[in-house]
Amino acid sequence: MNNAIQINDVALELNGTPILRGVSFDIGQGEYVSIIGPNGAGKTTLLRCLLGMYSYNGSARINGTECRGYDSRALARQVSYVPQTHDIEFPLAVYDFVMMGRYPYLSALSPAQKQDEEAVERALQITGTGQFRNRTLRTLSGGERQKVYIAAALAQETPVMLLDEPATFLDWRHQTEVMKLLKKINAECGATILAVNHDLNSAAHWSDRIIALKNGKTLFSGTPQELIQPAPLETLFETAFVRKETLAPASEQ
Amino acid sequence: MKLKFAILILLSLASLIVFPMLGSTDVLHDPMGREILMKLRFPRVLTAFLAGIALASSGMIFQALFRNPLATPDTLGVSGGAALGATLWMRFGAPLLLIGVTGASIAGFLGALGTVLLVYGLARFKSGFSSATLLLAGVAVNLFLSSLILLMQYFSDPGETFRMIRWLMGGFSVVGFATPVNLAVFTVIGLMITALLTREMNLLLTGEELAGARGVNVDRTKKMLFFSASLMTGAAVAFCGPIAFVGLMVPHICRQFTGSDHRKLFPAVILLGGAFMVICDGLARTLLAPVEMPAGLITSLLGGPFFLWLLLKKS
Repeated sequence: MNNAIQINDVALELNGTPILRGVSFDIGQGEYVSIIGPNGAGKTTLLRCLLGMYSYNGSARINGTECRGYDSRALARQVSYVPQTHDIEFPLAVYDFVMMGRYPYLSALSPAQKQDEEAVERALQITGTGQFRNRTLRTLSGGERQKVYIAAALAQETPVMLLDEPATFLDWRHQTEVMKLLKKINAECGATILAVNHDLNSAAHWSDRIIALKNGKTLFSGTPQELIQPAPLETLFETAFVRKETLAPASEQ
Repeated sequence: MKLKFAILILLSLASLIVFPMLGSTDVLHDPMGREILMKLRFPRVLTAFLAGIALASSGMIFQALFRNPLATPDTLGVSGGAALGATLWMRFGAPLLLIGVTGASIAGFLGALGTVLLVYGLARFKSGFSSATLLLAGVAVNLFLSSLILLMQYFSDPGETFRMIRWLMGGFSVVGFATPVNLAVFTVIGLMITALLTREMNLLLTGEELAGARGVNVDRTKKMLFFSASLMTGAAVAFCGPIAFVGLMVPHICRQFTGSDHRKLFPAVILLGGAFMVICDGLARTLLAPVEMPAGLITSLLGGPFFLWLLLKKS
């Protein structure tokens, strides 16, 4: 199997503080992988390395090419990104925002072509956000807005999609909808998905594989079943995990 | 949308044709009318038009760069920096070079660029461009810069001080076409650079991280935008004084009917920026005729309340 993402001993210091101290893992084409880990483990920083924002040490390749070696537009044709926060001060229309995903395909002064419009339509259709096309982002609920952000990443038509906590700030219903949507994109569009996820249960439920980071290092890489054991969890979160069956219901205590 | 642009084009053309006719002398019947029209009125209206374009476009650029509708050449202290640069040149540099006019605008450009980089650095350092950080940094920088300008006035002779104060009020009293032509060179360079980056400005509105992830070369884009906004602000301030609030009002009004897409917003800002400034200058010349007020006074009188209204509406 060809690897979509190959990370080998990636290290990075920011302002003299080591954030990543040797992260290594591979992700195969079409895999759905979640990164978990305590706060400050370097999860977001790792995504940014893959987006070419930092000059890291070691090797991080997407489809065989080193991330820091890509031209910014060429990299944006390989990997798309859904950020954790959405702070836009200005009223942007949903359609225009999704069309921004086509930026790496457009030349400086030419207008959007037919294939760009088609890509935007497909993205709106898959994410079910077509009904919002003329609304501005600010008028949408958090869950709707997150789907629009995913639509914009989808319009980028990249083999790899990175997401930073795609469901963290959503209510339970929208969390499920967003995770189902990602699963659908993974299955139907064949996109390789790497998502930072704070929620262990959701990561375990939705992903093919989980990678755990701690203190800037890879602590664990394997299937959810392998991770959800007391020993790896206790090393990861430094707190005692008690198996469910040993807990007595409150009424019997 | 087409109709709105047609109205804007008509408005700016009308401002360029009608306002040279207005003033304390009736140019159509006065024997000196032709002379006044060609040597004073047309150059003046043209200067106002160009300065309006330069300041309004700079405001629009800063709003995209800082992702904040309250970022303008005035609130960020960039006009103050340009004013300091230009004052320094007037006080110490002018005798050094024959092309004194252009020298002042280059000094203004450097002052503007230095200030915007400083404020950007400060706001970044505090991680984020929230209105609070941005406005406070701008206020501090502005106060500091104006105290330096005051210091320079203190050590100038009364004649020089008077000229500086009049210039700081902002106005377009020019004779002949030298000033508008000089201003046009700076403005057109700035506009051309900005025109190439409209799509990038759209993406910057969504945040630098996301813009970068969509393939925008963020560092290069920011450098080019800082350069062109400083060029335009620097030249406009050096020639016409720090005329306040144009960079706030014009982009805001335009956004109401073009939306935030810079491919539509930018041409609207150019058209309205020019017309708006010509109209303000026209009011300044005619409201208390034969006394001519500086146009900067009118824009400040309009802009102060407008700014407060925006600030209150936001929170």
